[in-house]
Amino acid sequence: MKIGMPKDGRFGDFGGKYIPETLVPAIEELEENYQKFKNDKSFQKEFDYYLKNYAGRPTPLYFAENLTKFVGGAKIYLKREDLLHGGAHKINNTLGQALLAKRMKKKRIIAETGAGQHGVATAMACSCLGLPSEVYMGYKDTVRQRQNVFRMDLLGCKVYPVKSGSQTLKDAINEAIRDWITNVETTYYLLGSAVGPHPYPVMVRDFQSVIGKEIKQQMKNIPDTIIACVGGGSNAIGTFYPMIGNGVEMIGVEAAGQGLKTGKHSATLNAGKKGVLHGMMTYLLQDSDGQIKETHSISAGLDYPGVGPEHAYLKDTGNVKYKSATDREVINAFLTLTKTEGIIPALESAHAVSQAIKVAKTKSKSDSIVITLSGRGDKDIDIVKQYLEKNAKNSR
Amino acid sequence: MPKIQDKFKELKSKNEKALISYIMTGFPNENTTLSIVRGLVNGGTDIIELGFPFSDPIADGPVIQNASTISLNKGAKIEKFFRIVKKIRKETDIPLILMTYTNVLYTHGYTKFMSRVKKSGIDGLILPDMSIEESKDYLKSAKKNNLDTIFLVSPNTNNTRLRKIVKASTGFLYMVAVFGTTGVQTKIHKYTIDSIKNAKKIVGNKLPIGIGFGVSTPSDVKKYVSVGVDAVIVGSANLNIIENTPPSKLQKRITEYTKKLKRSTRVGKAT
Repeated sequence: MKIGMPKDGRFGDFGGKYIPETLVPAIEELEENYQKFKNDKSFQKEFDYYLKNYAGRPTPLYFAENLTKFVGGAKIYLKREDLLHGGAHKINNTLGQALLAKRMKKKRIIAETGAGQHGVATAMACSCLGLPSEVYMGYKDTVRQRQNVFRMDLLGCKVYPVKSGSQTLKDAINEAIRDWITNVETTYYLLGSAVGPHPYPVMVRDFQSVIGKEIKQQMKNIPDTIIACVGGGSNAIGTFYPMIGNGVEMIGVEAAGQGLKTGKHSATLNAGKKGVLHGMMTYLLQDSDGQIKETHSISAGLDYPGVGPEHAYLKDTGNVKYKSATDREVINAFLTLTKTEGIIPALESAHAVSQAIKVAKTKSKSDSIVITLSGRGDKDIDIVKQYLEKNAKNSR
Repeated sequence: MPKIQDKFKELKSKNEKALISYIMTGFPNENTTLSIVRGLVNGGTDIIELGFPFSDPIADGPVIQNASTISLNKGAKIEKFFRIVKKIRKETDIPLILMTYTNVLYTHGYTKFMSRVKKSGIDGLILPDMSIEESKDYLKSAKKNNLDTIFLVSPNTNNTRLRKIVKASTGFLYMVAVFGTTGVQTKIHKYTIDSIKNAKKIVGNKLPIGIGFGVSTPSDVKKYVSVGVDAVIVGSANLNIIENTPPSKLQKRITEYTKKLKRSTRVGKAT
């Protein structure tokens, strides 16, 4: 199999369509329309227009000179997805899918969100294109990311707090799927990561691939190493996919939470087993009976027990290495980037920064590392403040 | 002859339709499950669907979600489930179906899991998130262990696909009555009646057709029987009773309710 080209909706063993029968016609309709519009010139032109004029593409590739000096090793570059409208890479995908939904004449858009970045990006794309949007969000996430809930409110998007299960991203996806089953004929499900049944993982990857394509154009030489954080894995797959086969070292960084040994983490590829969830076969954090485990991460956006099926495949083929960063390492990386460069990263993106600092130290000054800085950290200020205050108390 | 097929044949000779009762094992606790089963059997149900909980039941509405969560919080484990089934088997010969989600089987390995399922005394399986496209290994293991594979069809399933699903199905065909998840509904939709009639044309005598999702009252049962279904499946309504009845009265209440439903499956004189 050629890498990245799914056969029957599968990347090797991973992916597929494990879905209730009611969703089959909707998934088939989506696949058909995506195939049709993917290579349609007028669709691509419209997508490019909104990416440029609404979202703010291309994003800069910034040489982080201060951070490079501070670390003392390879040159570190930041792909500034944090500068996009809405504050994260999520808008790349929501514009693509909302444009598709419009062409499919869907009247209602639903989405799930973890940290709220995808919810906000959905609400923005929908407002911009004149579509109504409704977003499911785990109750726990609505509390820790309440600023994003208010942003969605302001954007005219209805937010439903989900109180079932662990009250985080996984449960928000469950609830969005249930809504879709119930309103399948009128509703478009705008999934926010490279997860779910085929064709979502491929479609989200394609819409996010603009990240990797721009990096290729912006770097005079292909970078030695490229690093991105992985929850579901949409910014990472968008970064990696155009680089596959170019001899670039690619590293995905998962959330190790309080440590892989504590069980309180979201490092699916590092500690998971194969299984079926949310319509796909992939690596999952689960118990011996196949019950999905509750996950932990300081970043709500990575707090997910599954991972995109293409990442599962790239792990098994060895094309990408998957590492993890603990909450503590992430906070340190967050503070380091903020102080050295004046750039406040999202906690999700700070996972990639943490790994990049580790790697850069071991490399020579002629080497280059690109970090996809998937989002900005304004939404996380309260969480960081709480963490620092708590730790100051504990160390007293 | 496989037990489920046998049951449908027996009912046909009596000019009755099947009542299929769903319950969640371990809800509200492990001990109660056996007395609920007794209640169902005494009420005259024909087939019992035993739910084994999954942490993320995407095809289920609030009632079954809640029962799943409670069962898991009380420590539901597949080993315990098999023990319960064996206890049930000591008391009754009624056809038993396991309803759960794909990951539970996949994790244990299809082949290994199904041989355990068979040995415990289960006759068939329902997995609401198993699409026919992904079912190759599942079907192979089920066949090897003589377990019925009951697939679901929906009001929006087209005829080409319906034929494919019928091919993969044994025991009966599970028609989902509504666009939506499991749960009690207040009305019967015209589109449901139309899709039953259509399915009967396509399926013919190859397979019995059961209707489920939202079926809860004797009048629902009568209505569906009158348009020609071979079985009605009642789930969330049972769980509502279980949740709202004190343990001492539960078995009796379940029997009474099941009797009422069962009565409505008797068509009367042969046509």
